Amino acid sequence: MVKGGKARRKTAARKTAPRKMPPRRYPRRGSGVGARSSKPREAVVTVPVTVPYVRYSLRSAHWFVARALAQLLKQSGLDKSDIDGLSVGSFTLSPDTAIGLTQHLGVTVRWLDHLPLGGACGIVALRRALRAVEAADAEVVACIGADTNHVDSFRQSLGSFSVFARDAVLPYGAGGPNASFAFLTSYYMRTFGATREDFGKICVAQRENALGYPHALFKKKLTLEEYLHARPIADPIRLFDCVMPCAGAEGFLVMTRERARALGLPFAEVRSTCERHNAFPDDPIQIRGGWVLDRDQLYGKAGVEPKDIDFVETYDDYPVMSIIQIEDLGFCAKGEGAEFIRRHSFTTEGSFPLNTSGGQLSVGQAGCAAGFLGLVESIRQLTDRNLARAVPDARFGLAVGFGMITYDRGLCSGAAVLGRADA
Amino acid sequence: MARSSLATLAAELASGAVRVIDLTQTLSPEFPQIMLPPEFGQCWPFRIEEVSRYDERGPAWYWNNFSCGEHTGTHFDAPIHWASGRDLPLNATDTVPVQHLIGAACVIDCSREAALDADFLLTVEHLERWESAHGPIPPRAWVLMRTDWSKRTDPVAYQNYDETGQHTPGPAADAVRFLIEERDVIGFGTESIGTDSGQGYHLTPPYPCHYYMHGAGRYGLQCLTNLDLLPPTGAVIFCAPLKIKGGSGSPIRALALVSHEGSKHG
Amino acid sequence: MIRPLARPRRKNPALRTRQPLLPPGARSRAALGLTAAAALGRFELQVCEECGAVQYPPREICHCCLSGALRWREQSGLGELLSTTVLHHSHDPFFRERVPWRLGLVRLDAGPTVVAHLHSGCRPVPSRVRVGVRLDKSGQGVLLAFPLDEVPNMADDPELREMTCDPRFRKALVTDGKTGVGQALVRALIGAGADLVWVGYAEPWKRQPGFAELEALPQVALVPLDLTDSRSVKETAAEIAGRVDILVNTAEVHRAHGIASRSGVESARAEMDVNYFGLLRLAQEFAPAMRARGADGASSATAWVNVLSIYALANYPPHGTFSASKAAALSLSQCLRAEMRPGGIRVINVFPGPIDDEWSQTLPPPKLSAAALAKSVIRALEDGVEDVYPGEVAEEWLARLRESPKTLERELSL
Repeated sequence: MVKGGKARRKTAARKTAPRKMPPRRYPRRGSGVGARSSKPREAVVTVPVTVPYVRYSLRSAHWFVARALAQLLKQSGLDKSDIDGLSVGSFTLSPDTAIGLTQHLGVTVRWLDHLPLGGACGIVALRRALRAVEAADAEVVACIGADTNHVDSFRQSLGSFSVFARDAVLPYGAGGPNASFAFLTSYYMRTFGATREDFGKICVAQRENALGYPHALFKKKLTLEEYLHARPIADPIRLFDCVMPCAGAEGFLVMTRERARALGLPFAEVRSTCERHNAFPDDPIQIRGGWVLDRDQLYGKAGVEPKDIDFVETYDDYPVMSIIQIEDLGFCAKGEGAEFIRRHSFTTEGSFPLNTSGGQLSVGQAGCAAGFLGLVESIRQLTDRNLARAVPDARFGLAVGFGMITYDRGLCSGAAVLGRADA
Repeated sequence: MARSSLATLAAELASGAVRVIDLTQTLSPEFPQIMLPPEFGQCWPFRIEEVSRYDERGPAWYWNNFSCGEHTGTHFDAPIHWASGRDLPLNATDTVPVQHLIGAACVIDCSREAALDADFLLTVEHLERWESAHGPIPPRAWVLMRTDWSKRTDPVAYQNYDETGQHTPGPAADAVRFLIEERDVIGFGTESIGTDSGQGYHLTPPYPCHYYMHGAGRYGLQCLTNLDLLPPTGAVIFCAPLKIKGGSGSPIRALALVSHEGSKHG
Repeated sequence: MIRPLARPRRKNPALRTRQPLLPPGARSRAALGLTAAAALGRFELQVCEECGAVQYPPREICHCCLSGALRWREQSGLGELLSTTVLHHSHDPFFRERVPWRLGLVRLDAGPTVVAHLHSGCRPVPSRVRVGVRLDKSGQGVLLAFPLDEVPNMADDPELREMTCDPRFRKALVTDGKTGVGQALVRALIGAGADLVWVGYAEPWKRQPGFAELEALPQVALVPLDLTDSRSVKETAAEIAGRVDILVNTAEVHRAHGIASRSGVESARAEMDVNYFGLLRLAQEFAPAMRARGADGASSATAWVNVLSIYALANYPPHGTFSASKAAALSLSQCLRAEMRPGGIRVINVFPGPIDDEWSQTLPPPKLSAAALAKSVIRALEDGVEDVYPGEVAEEWLARLRESPKTLERELSL
């Protein structure tokens, strides 16, 4: 991280050379013996869209998906018939899934994916769509995360989230993940010496970031005092450690670099991605996620190191998870998260810009759209199409996916390193 | 002439010159029921189950089903009820001659004796003393042993059990034989739960009233009440059992006709 | 320190009675295995027969080797308390009314990590605990972490009390207090802290030894109650049903007859009229009021106990008609359990073997004393279990029945 503010970079010189692609570690497809004659297809991401969030809506999830698709078309100039791939992440389409949407929305596609993976569906949708476009299974894939929220949606959904939640969590009054993360936060604090002030620092900074983002549901500044003395939810978690469920949608398009250029659309490159599910099943409690196993490959393929990352969009369902993601993605050692927090600042101008549009803690959690929030914000930052405050000189961003607490831990982990495209 | 007697009777009933006395205890689940040792078959107590009461089970009507034994409440014993009468002709409730079911009643007042001794036994001496005051017991009359036992409204007192069994008054064996052999009575009635005394098992023969009466083709009445409203002689009682095929007895509505002049006073 | 339960204050009649709510009761079929064992007071988890891995949450195939050979096996429940929390908020209406509510995360020595209710006597983390199972108000098995050592006032932990039917400070009805079993139960309930025991009796002229002494106890109130008489049941219910917290149905008619040994149906009818129809009458008249009071403060309505018999499960031909009447009562009690569930009332069935009374006089020992039966009922109320098999004969009967009902049937008819 290169930014001004309180903290200094630990390592060496500022990069002043004009932006240059780092050397590719992997040979281009098509070179060597038996190469195909066609140029290798490289897929990119473009057209970040947000359907504004509302706390409650009478609309169905179908409406939010449709509004996102309409925006994707409008901003790209494409016709609906140009969309030949569709990936949808949603919990509230039931009894429909993505297939029902094809008829609902009047789209005919040759590639379809339904991903009810919560906070990981953005990363996973991206991975799938990239492969589809690279393999020419589809030309333009619309990736959308959308959910509605009625007044009683959350409570109603608790009983049908997963078999294990219904059998082994809900009967204890612990509907939703609050209790699981209360356990984890308490365990983390006790084991590694983190304090509530440490968590609060992140939340306060993210709220600061959110004040610059028009779609954030939280519009008021948050002080550390307010954070510390907020209404208790499940010790030690209080109100501002928890996201606010709401309705909304996020989306982007995946297409070839050539197509994006032809359409005149600013795009970001996806340097690498990873995903892993049910990592470390024998850990008694979840103090690390699958990123530990995948980070070397993630950074290796992208050709960057943690220090090259200019902003990080963690999946912040709870502040403790942001810290764990920061540790597991190599920014500091396991257990040093609290110290890391004390050393850095997290606003867009800080030493470690984190959740630059506010994160779901300050923007709101629109179901599966929260799994897209970080990616959509990353694309905006890397294409200079910011709605929130811009991170100065952002070249590489890291978006993290996490979620699906079907019992006592989040099963999904994923991440994507995105880079600014060369001019 | 029978006809004018009946016409007179009807007129006097209408005018109240002849009164109808109800000698019957109310049939309810609370009324005590005869109890045999547990290893024997038991006679059902009175039970009643509502069928409907102007409700979804029957919107405009109220009715019940009830159950009880043949020997529940104020009831009639037919000769077939006892082993000694089992082979006699016309011995069941559907075959007893109906002529026998209306007749003169002689009320023997043992209320003072029974108050002093729950195991009081009516003997021939008592009967002879009664006859010296009221005249001989006529043939085919009903002899009713008044003990005021029906005034014991507490079921525990009415049953009067202790560790040695039940203690209620009844006739001595010699009195029963006298009534049958010397007086040719049609039946014997009591206010308590058996025609025999509570300790009748220990008499010789056991339960002599049942044994001799039914053995002679005569009848029994039990759990009567209001015997204190009847004159010693002159009342006419009606005690018809239900016409149950092969029945050994049945609850009855026991009624007595009492003329105004002959009615009890004091 | 667990505060001992204080004597509840008198209810303010102007206030609306809190209506019963239930914790989430939906479970997968596999998870119901936890409940089935909890009904007997056992903590069991699935163990893979092929690789030995212990499974939790319950499932249908082994999470290690994918084998389908999973068997429920009793667990010690010992484990390490990893973390705790106190819920101050819940989306679930039952828990929302009862916050703050303690929960714990335990790593069992057997392997799995479990979420459990946390007994307030548990020491702070890190510490060792013993996880047990109880039936919650929905009648489903849930895990509870207990301290390793007994602490004072264990039973008064508020979370535990939601899952048990402790007689303390409660009012009970024993439907037939005249028999040996009835008298023993009256005394046992008083000994367990019941404030008031209504003692039902029928046929008042029938004196039983010991009954007069019972009447002299200050906690005892006699009430006429004849289970063969609908009006009697209705009248007594009208008087006390709204105050009964624990109902113990001891009324029974027991005769030692099969089919051929007694001609006529009168004896069998008498058994059915009390053992089956008596239960039906009682349930119709007492259940609605009890159900409505399932959440009525610290001395809420809480349990309905039926003294059945092991013969309800398999017919004992020498007492064949009695067995059949108890089987009918068992089936009806399952209906009652389902109907009482919305009120959070536990229906407890007790299956004693031969009791040391007149009707089992000719049977050889071992026989269960009335006092031992009463003790097992109190224990069942304090633990909140559903099915009780007191004594050696009953335990053996259950084991034989679970192994092979048909074999047991043959053994009984030999």
